[in-house]
Amino acid sequence: MTQTNEPAPQTGTGGLSEPTDGAATDPFLVVEDLTVKFPTADGLVQAVTGLSYSVEQGKTLGIVGESGSGKSVSSLAVMGLHDAKRTQMSGSIRVGGKEVLGLANDKMRRIRGREVAMIFQDPLTALHPFYKVGAQISEAYRAHHDVSKSVARTKAIEMLDRVGIPQARTRVDDYPHQFSGGMRQRAMIAMALVNDPSLVIADEPTTALDVTVQAQILDLLQELQKDFNSAIIIITHDLGVVAEMADDVMVMYAGRAVEFGSTRQILTHPEMPYTWGLLSSVPDVTADPEARLIPIKGNPPSLLKPPTGCAFHPRCPHMDKVPGNLCKTTLPELTPGEHGEGHVKRCHLPDPSAIYVQEILPEIAPDLVEMTINDQFPQKTGTGLVGDSPSDDALPKER
Amino acid sequence: MFGYIVRRLIAGVLVLIAVSMMVFAIFFYGPNDPALAYCPESRCTPQRLDNLRHNLGLDRPAPQQYVEYMSGLVKSRHIESGGISIDCNWPCLGVSFKYRVSVFHYLWDRFPATFSVAAGGAICFLIIGLFSGIFAARRRGTMADKAIVSTSLFINAIPYYLLALLAYLYLVQGLGLFPETGYHSPFKDGPFKFVGGLALPWLMLGIAYSTQYARFSRGAMVDALNEDYVRTARAKGLMERVVVRRHALRAAIVPVVTIFGLDFAYLLAGTLFTEKIFGIQGMGLAGLDAVQRTDLPMISAYTLISAAFIVVANIVVDILYSVIDPRVRLA
Ligand SMILES: Nc1ncnc2c1ncn2[C@@H]1O[C@H](COP(=O)(O)OP(=O)(O)O)[C@@H](O)[C@H]1O
Ligand code: SF4
Ligand SMILES: [Mg+2]
Repeated sequence: MTQTNEPAPQTGTGGLSEPTDGAATDPFLVVEDLTVKFPTADGLVQAVTGLSYSVEQGKTLGIVGESGSGKSVSSLAVMGLHDAKRTQMSGSIRVGGKEVLGLANDKMRRIRGREVAMIFQDPLTALHPFYKVGAQISEAYRAHHDVSKSVARTKAIEMLDRVGIPQARTRVDDYPHQFSGGMRQRAMIAMALVNDPSLVIADEPTTALDVTVQAQILDLLQELQKDFNSAIIIITHDLGVVAEMADDVMVMYAGRAVEFGSTRQILTHPEMPYTWGLLSSVPDVTADPEARLIPIKGNPPSLLKPPTGCAFHPRCPHMDKVPGNLCKTTLPELTPGEHGEGHVKRCHLPDPSAIYVQEILPEIAPDLVEMTINDQFPQKTGTGLVGDSPSDDALPKER
Repeated sequence: MFGYIVRRLIAGVLVLIAVSMMVFAIFFYGPNDPALAYCPESRCTPQRLDNLRHNLGLDRPAPQQYVEYMSGLVKSRHIESGGISIDCNWPCLGVSFKYRVSVFHYLWDRFPATFSVAAGGAICFLIIGLFSGIFAARRRGTMADKAIVSTSLFINAIPYYLLALLAYLYLVQGLGLFPETGYHSPFKDGPFKFVGGLALPWLMLGIAYSTQYARFSRGAMVDALNEDYVRTARAKGLMERVVVRRHALRAAIVPVVTIFGLDFAYLLAGTLFTEKIFGIQGMGLAGLDAVQRTDLPMISAYTLISAAFIVVANIVVDILYSVIDPRVRLA
């Protein structure tokens, strides 16, 4: 990995980056001021800019944003999966306290799969079509354990059984195309967990699956998280998934974090118009699926030449409420929200809560809010912006 | 699998029958009257031509002659040719107008030379082509990659016969390297003479063909390296060597197999320039010779044998596919 020493663009951590001293649990993953750029024939793609976040052991961070907002690029950076020759990266990524950005490939490969594992969006293309499912899982195990093929095979059967593949003992010799979509994703999960990693990054793990299977896969992930006590980063464009899975949420737009907070904060008191847009576009599962869907107008911007000021301004319906030309000229810093610690947003709006309650809330799918208010999902914080105190006094803590 | 092969073989036989009919039609209705071959130019009267036609059996109905012709595939025949009776042992595809021998056996005797040239050349171009292609793919965009691609384009722009001819003139004639160039039986003359005689032809074929294999395998490898499953392989923490060989290469080899199957079939049908320039008595030269002398039975047999190679190559490629890619079910 090339670590380019260009000046880091505005960091997003605002006033919240004072170091925590003597924190009981150091976050397992700490990403600081991560910037990822791709030189292409058309110019420099600024895929991720000044991104900072952290994830503690056993906790789940949801990363949300439309397609093209830099979610995958930032997680592939954590995995060290960007081609160093074609990528410019700067900032810091610490896994288990160890800096991995710029680590040589032969060192990084020992971390990949063993400490941080990844589940990809489409299990059909992510599994090798020419090798048996069991062999692919054994291979992952043997990459980090010096064991015989038969031991690894036993392990593969055990993992397939664990993720709910029926007749694992015989299905271990199936090829991926002989599995259903849901089973393939279960197999991917088995492969990711076979080395008992401390962090699992699930990049849109249910997007390619049938709706009926999606919930099963999410349940499985949550169940396994308890057993393996691993941290999870779940990447999604679906706030419903976040509501169900995540402790904390980071909303990304045009390569930057634009809002961060506990799941409850983000779902009940969002303060950034882009997050509002995402919430309004979540379909109401109890009603006619199309009824309440209000997609965000326009398209995500080109990352070759991101908009000036707030990157969301060309699509933002609330720009007129900001005095002057601020939205177009000045990039908003991440500033604390009004509902509890740890919540930050990147927006110039002077009184977002009032606008939210009056204009946005009536449009949002009631079940999503209800789900949040009823506390159906566990309220725990554990992921945070760097240096951010993970406690959220405004909300009761479980566990 | 077995049923599939049987079905493909039957289909292949049907194709060959169609080819044989076309060949036969050309023989009969084509621009060259077979009887002319026996008719001395200076003294060829229409009367004499008719007699010849009768003697050769060419005046009988075409279907009858075709059946007779094809019967050679199942039994030996006696063929009256220019007044003498010639034994044409099974498999009989006719008797050469010029040499008065079974054309099949004439060609078959030359097959070892052609096969040796083709197989050795194929090994050379596969090694040179695949290695440089994969090397370039892994260093896509670098100087090494650009050097390989442009070298390959440069060599590709030189006509093969020119390349082989220059090599012959400078290396064999000029410098006296490769003195025994030509085909020597590995059994009668020994392996050293065999290899020494074919080393230069192999190298020439290797260089000439490797260019397209380099570019083709580079493309296939670049595609494979971009596949999601290769990213998965890296994400598992496999060593880069394993990622490239076991995951990317295995996928990249599939499209290469297709063009190789057909290329090899064409090579087996005779490497005309190679045989001509390096003086190798192979099937390609025999085919050329037959065309120059309008030796129609020889041309027919040569065409049929070449077609058979291509049919077989296609079946072999399909079987290889199913071996490489488990999703391909032969049914
Ligand atoms: N290897 C690459 N080269 C150039 N551009 C890339 C590359 N990978 C991703 N991008 C661009 O970076 C942006 C962010 O992509 P990504 O992180 O995949 O978005 P998402 O949030 O949908 O996961 C997109 O505009 C994408 O086109
Ligand atoms: S800063 Fe301005 S443009 Fe950006 S989200 Fe806030 S109000 Fe909209
Ligand atoms: Mg993505």
